[in-house]
Amino acid sequence: MPGADALPTAEAIAVALNGAPFIEALSEEAWLLRFGDTIDAALNARVHAAARRLQATLPGIECVPAYASLLLRFDPLQWIDIGTAAPDQRLHDAVLSSLQDPAVVVDEARVVTVPVLYGGDHGPDLHDVAAHAGLSEAEVIARHTAADYRVAMLGFAPGFPYLLGLDPTLAMPRRADPRLNVAVGSVAIGGMQTGIYPQALPGGWQLIGRTPLTLFDLASTPPSLLQPGDRVRFRAIDAREYERLAKTVGGNA
Amino acid sequence: MTATVLKPGLLTSLQDGGRRGYAALGVGRAGVMDGPAWRLANALVGNVGDEAVLEFTLTGPTLRFSQPAVIALTGAHVDARADAHALPGWTRCVLPAGSVLQLGGMRRGCRGYLAVHGGFSASAVLGSRSTDMHARIGPLDGRMLRTGDVLAIGEQKARASQRTTHTPHVLSWGLDPRPWFDDVASPLALLRGHHYAQLDEASQRVLFDASFAVSKDSNRTASRLDGHRLSLRQPVELISEATLPGTMQLPPSGQPIVLQAEAPVTGGYPRIGQLAAVDLPRLAQRRPGDAVCFRETTLDESLQRLARRQERLQRLLYRIEERLESA
Repeated sequence: MPGADALPTAEAIAVALNGAPFIEALSEEAWLLRFGDTIDAALNARVHAAARRLQATLPGIECVPAYASLLLRFDPLQWIDIGTAAPDQRLHDAVLSSLQDPAVVVDEARVVTVPVLYGGDHGPDLHDVAAHAGLSEAEVIARHTAADYRVAMLGFAPGFPYLLGLDPTLAMPRRADPRLNVAVGSVAIGGMQTGIYPQALPGGWQLIGRTPLTLFDLASTPPSLLQPGDRVRFRAIDAREYERLAKTVGGNA
Repeated sequence: MTATVLKPGLLTSLQDGGRRGYAALGVGRAGVMDGPAWRLANALVGNVGDEAVLEFTLTGPTLRFSQPAVIALTGAHVDARADAHALPGWTRCVLPAGSVLQLGGMRRGCRGYLAVHGGFSASAVLGSRSTDMHARIGPLDGRMLRTGDVLAIGEQKARASQRTTHTPHVLSWGLDPRPWFDDVASPLALLRGHHYAQLDEASQRVLFDASFAVSKDSNRTASRLDGHRLSLRQPVELISEATLPGTMQLPPSGQPIVLQAEAPVTGGYPRIGQLAAVDLPRLAQRRPGDAVCFRETTLDESLQRLARRQERLQRLLYRIEERLESA
């Protein structure tokens, strides 16, 4: 690990640290910390560990976790020495220590249970997913609710979670013909991932069910039900419970 | 005090410095595309600097002010009239009560900014008055202006606004737009992106040697570049990672895309370059059909240019404040 006298310079800011991630300076105002290039739960856990640590130690810097990388967006006039393009000592130290921290955040992560009404009008592609997997619809629901998921990142639309942890037998490519309007709360499978539409959106994922929970609400603090790094479990509910929850949780009636 | 929208202009929206701190939840920044133009417009009307303004594209809106209003226009040069009187840009104009401000087309440049003393006072959403049209977040439920909208304007403190005149009053001095609104032909500074090395040799050369044209499909999310199709040595499969304004992506079409203020927070296309942040406003001012070429820059150089611009801007903001106070 470089000492205080060996701050990375502009030319050498993309550095590999003894097998640790690359720091890639994207522009004057952003770095990307690359932990790897695959979708992998252990890599993603490292991303979230680093994000938590950096958010706690670098106020004012925006951290955007993704599957295997973490974006830091900052005000260069505050965090970078203009003459040499070298980072402020605090930035430098915090980034290096967060990268070398092997801590896994599994235990401290929140667990959020998401009730889902599977199949029928709320999950019009459940039948196709079952056929694709060579399983019954009940078996698909059993496997989808048995898994322990992690919010790898949020993107695509405000509050849209990309969840890691899908049972591989349920993986299915996106629809050739994306829908113009996917209902709010739809629970879907796209490739090896599963996700939830936080608002009515166009989308090409396979729709297997729908939750009555509100995923994104500007009046809530924070506005997103799910946070990066959260653990998620799905629970199958029936139509009556869906209606009841939709009314009581201000959900997607 | 209100402004009623008689004509919305093109892609006109309320914007401020953007929505910070929510990208991890999938909410991007949005905000003005030309930051210095926004700061200077606010300074000219005596706002503290971070008030919301109207940003419009190629054609400006027509508004009627219910009371005397202090306004300033910056960014691209737009034909402006208040009733029968032509108004200059880059200065401060006091309009009598009931004035109809008509903004027309632009001969050069793409984005104009209208600031009003007191600021457009929509309520902040997640800490910002910026309109995110894609996510439908912000003032007017995240949409652009429509005819008939009534925009509230914050409290007026300037004495000038209470002056009872029947004709617009324009300050005897204005700003020189040239340092902030530059020549269309000069190249924009681009840093090599992570996947630049994966471009084939011809594409690597073309990126820095050739001239592109801004596509008519460009908007606040991205500037698409026409003219040359770039290609990778071989296709790469990528997983999504964070993106930001200035990121130059190469989708399978081969047509490079430079993300703008309303950039999505994540994306999965190869990242072949990154426009230096200091040149984002310059790209934002290129019109569809305008030429764009790139020169390679270093972090050092772009940081220094950014710092110099910020210093010049701060100095000018301070001088504007001084002169307005002594007037």
